[in-house]
Amino acid sequence: MSIEIAGVSRRFGDFVALEDINLSVPTGQLTALLGPSGGGKSTLLRIIAGLENADAGTVEIEGTDATRLPARKRNVGFVFQHYAAFKHMSVARNVAFGLEIRKLPKKQVAERVAEMLRLVHLEQFADRYPSQLSGGQRQRMALARALAIEPSVLLLDEPFGALDAKVRKELRDWLRRLHDDVHVTTVFVTHDQEEALEVADQIVVINKGRIEQIGTPDELYDQPASDFVLSFLGPVTTLGGRLVRPHDIEVTTSPVPDAVPGTVSRWTRIGYEVRLEVTPADGGDPILVQLTRSEALHRGLSDGASVWLRESASVNGAHSPVPA
Amino acid sequence: MTSNRLTRYALRTIVLVYLGLLIVWPVSLVAKNAFADGVGTFVDSLTEETTAYAFQLTLIVAVWAVVINTVFGILISVLLVRYTFPGRRALSALIDLPLSVSPVVVGLALLLAYGGTNGWFGPALEDSGIQVIYATPGIIMATAFVSLPLVIREIVPVLTEIGTDQEQAARSLGANAWQTFRRITIPAIRWALVYGVVLSLARSLGEFGAVKIVSGNVVGQTQTATLVVEEKYQNFEQTAAYASSFVLAAAAVLALVVVTLLRPAHAESASTVGATLATPLPTEKDPA
Repeated sequence: MSIEIAGVSRRFGDFVALEDINLSVPTGQLTALLGPSGGGKSTLLRIIAGLENADAGTVEIEGTDATRLPARKRNVGFVFQHYAAFKHMSVARNVAFGLEIRKLPKKQVAERVAEMLRLVHLEQFADRYPSQLSGGQRQRMALARALAIEPSVLLLDEPFGALDAKVRKELRDWLRRLHDDVHVTTVFVTHDQEEALEVADQIVVINKGRIEQIGTPDELYDQPASDFVLSFLGPVTTLGGRLVRPHDIEVTTSPVPDAVPGTVSRWTRIGYEVRLEVTPADGGDPILVQLTRSEALHRGLSDGASVWLRESASVNGAHSPVPA
Repeated sequence: MTSNRLTRYALRTIVLVYLGLLIVWPVSLVAKNAFADGVGTFVDSLTEETTAYAFQLTLIVAVWAVVINTVFGILISVLLVRYTFPGRRALSALIDLPLSVSPVVVGLALLLAYGGTNGWFGPALEDSGIQVIYATPGIIMATAFVSLPLVIREIVPVLTEIGTDQEQAARSLGANAWQTFRRITIPAIRWALVYGVVLSLARSLGEFGAVKIVSGNVVGQTQTATLVVEEKYQNFEQTAAYASSFVLAAAAVLALVVVTLLRPAHAESASTVGATLATPLPTEKDPA
């Protein structure tokens, strides 16, 4: 295990940011800390980096107790949401910073910087200043700067949070591919479940200062440990008193056993997808249903149609009753 | 559209006339009077022994005051922006005090604290051979006091704006506190710092009230350039007074011009540097 966190707690005044966190981050994997804003995930990342102190508990990095070690001695690469580019230095100087601090010979620094810039596809921007780069380029520069020092672990705090949707998607794919090449133990913080599901090997769901669940994207999605995890990882709706995913609902136009009868009260088409709102016959909140357009047409669904809803047989998830 | 353009021209005219009547015209009169009796007289009145000495003293005092204020200004700014502690807001308000208190009061206060015969610290310092009041250290203190906020008020907004991300990034890349300060913080605030230093220098060269009290105004010993201006003026040596005034004004203008030329047009923090220039400056560059 590359990072071992044991019994870590942190308060800010009365606010409990983290409470008794225990976590092992496996070597060479890409781990996502996922949760809503203010849930404590960034604080945990900063405690691993040494940018924040824990009130209690220990942090071990690659077998060394780092709890009392200052940030500069942890050999950790940190990437900030807003890039933290050194604005008065060229791209190359930014990347060279950690190496110059380590007093590496000039030739070696130049070689390593060139290598890093190739890795993040910024070779032709070496002499530019951060203000002359786009957001995505700045973040790649920050990544090169963090990786240049050959860190034991790479920590990214909402790395794509400040970028627009398209660039975010590109960088996300690119980070995954980069990680497959470089294999440095990586922990990244995100509040975007899609980002975590798509990129991470392991996801740690953090809410209100506690770990809700740890698992692979599949495990979390298919076997959520709590309603919180279920609802945070994707859309949910209430069917027959249980939380289910809208796309896990089977729709039929004739009565079937154990199904909830209702009427299609709203029909929205978004590309290949159709979203229905079904008002149950016994009243109550509308049930959301997601299905593909061809499926909807095949079943002869239309606005105002009478339908019967039940959970798809294929679903093997652990579903919990809706709290009263 | 037309009324818009009218407003614009009207505004421009009002501002230009106001600045012209208040600043440009009077200052240009100083220049004109300084050279009224020809360049020869101008040079003579400046190279006269006591005047030359006074300018030398003013320069020494200004340089010391600026050095002291730069070092302490950076320290205080970092303390104010990067740390929270009880009384931080009070400290921030206190730093503006020298801008609002009359320099004469500053001089009297220093006299009470460091006066050689009955000041609070004065006698003890005098016993150990350090004379503060009626000597150069007192003049430096008074000058440093009145120009204290200028460096701080330039640096604080820039430090606040750049935040702590860059400094934390440097730490995580292995830099210690000093390396972070020297390689990241100082370059990030450099233009604000230059601006603050130049303003302090201009202010220090022109300080009059506080210096007059603590210096004792001894000709050839503790008389600074501004005190020479006053004395010459009162002794009906108008041309000499205007000559010295002109040099003081020219030095201040030159400093500001140099900074404006030095600063790259696309400086990162251009938006914030100089933002506090609007702070009232109780200058007394022309005592007459």
